[in-house]
Amino acid sequence: MSSLLKNMIRFVLFILFQVVILNEVPPLHQFIVPYVYFLFLLWLPFSINRFLLLVIAFLFGLTLDFFTGTPGLHAAPCVLIAYIRPYLLNLIIPQETTEQSYLEPSPRNIGWAPYGLYVGLLSFAHHFYLVLIEWLQFGNFLFFIGKVLGTTGISLLLIFITELLFNRKGKHRTNAA
Amino acid sequence: MKNIFLFIRRYFTFLSFLLLQVVSIILLSNASKTHEAFFSSSVNEVTGNFNQGYNNLRGYFGLKEINRQLAEENARLKNMLSSNFQASDTSVKTIIDTLVRDTLGRSRKFTYLPAHVVNSSYTLQSNFLTLERGAAQGVKKGMAVTGPQGIVGVVVEVSPNYSRVMSLLHRNSKVSAMMKKDNSAGSVEWDGVDPSHLILRNVTKGSKVAVGDTVLTSNYSANFPPKLIIGTVAGISSEASSNFYTLKIKTATNFFNVQYVYLIENVRYAEQMQLETSQPKTP
Repeated sequence: MSSLLKNMIRFVLFILFQVVILNEVPPLHQFIVPYVYFLFLLWLPFSINRFLLLVIAFLFGLTLDFFTGTPGLHAAPCVLIAYIRPYLLNLIIPQETTEQSYLEPSPRNIGWAPYGLYVGLLSFAHHFYLVLIEWLQFGNFLFFIGKVLGTTGISLLLIFITELLFNRKGKHRTNAA
Repeated sequence: MKNIFLFIRRYFTFLSFLLLQVVSIILLSNASKTHEAFFSSSVNEVTGNFNQGYNNLRGYFGLKEINRQLAEENARLKNMLSSNFQASDTSVKTIIDTLVRDTLGRSRKFTYLPAHVVNSSYTLQSNFLTLERGAAQGVKKGMAVTGPQGIVGVVVEVSPNYSRVMSLLHRNSKVSAMMKKDNSAGSVEWDGVDPSHLILRNVTKGSKVAVGDTVLTSNYSANFPPKLIIGTVAGISSEASSNFYTLKIKTATNFFNVQYVYLIENVRYAEQMQLETSQPKTP
């Protein structure tokens, strides 16, 4: 399957999963909101153009916003992590070997520890920014700190489970692709 | 000139990042400033259509509970039928039918329109419901929305066939309320903590509030008819420095499974709004 088609299907599935299942989960606590939709952005291929990445992230976030009724609230953090992503990948991954031989980031391709760091930092950045925007609207510092930590924790747990469930094969990049 | 192009070329990614951020923030601030979902009707139609399909599936799981609620409401309404009231022979009390009242010159102020909920959220800080009934079926902005058990919210966005309701569980939601016991007024808000509890502010300490008291919509609200149930008092907190109670209200509506609601139209809403916003002429 071509990378474009695969990512288009993922786009739809991630949005549906977030809207239809995770947003319907009864809240356990004020601080805990399950978010995994942004994993779509983390799974995009290494070789993607930076500008294209930003535009995709914006559209992706806005699509979710159409369902939740908060235009811009999810789009802004998505654009932020899309902007940070290439820099972070450059930092934590040995470029010559990985980027040339693999298509997209996954624990198998780059190892569990660097992948964990990658996912952890980006989901923290996402939630930090998301809750910051909410906080500027409503205000309460304890709410801010608690929600960032609680939401990041639950997101990491869900992402970990997703990675175990969908064991994406470490596909090698071919000359033909 | 050349340098400007070089600069833009060099920082193209960063500039586009800034641009997209600014666009998002503008969208967001527009939306919360006007307390409205800032959507074109077309997007509303698309998400509405999707939600309707999904809701058809999900509706089956709630049928039992909905049946119970409707049966309960039917029972309550049937109890109010005039045929259930029999004037005894010695009584001087006369029963006046509502129809008769209307011909006596009382004009109708509120109309109720039933609607099906096709999407609702309660886990976010700003929650909305989507109803499958829009401008083509008589829905207008600002109409009040109530469920079988208690009030639900206010219509903020209308497209031809769908409408979006700002639920009571929204940080910008504000509804004028009063205690059933002594009619002391206050306003109901949500603090974002718990989807089954609201906050009632500005109830004067002169009022004798107790846990379990009923809270109703007040006479001062333009879109809500007076005396609809909002909830019951679940907790009382009073600060020494303030003259007002802050009450915790258990919502009458269960927002987790709202499926059918009524839209309430105040026929004289526009007239009242016009009068209230017009500037009084100073003599």
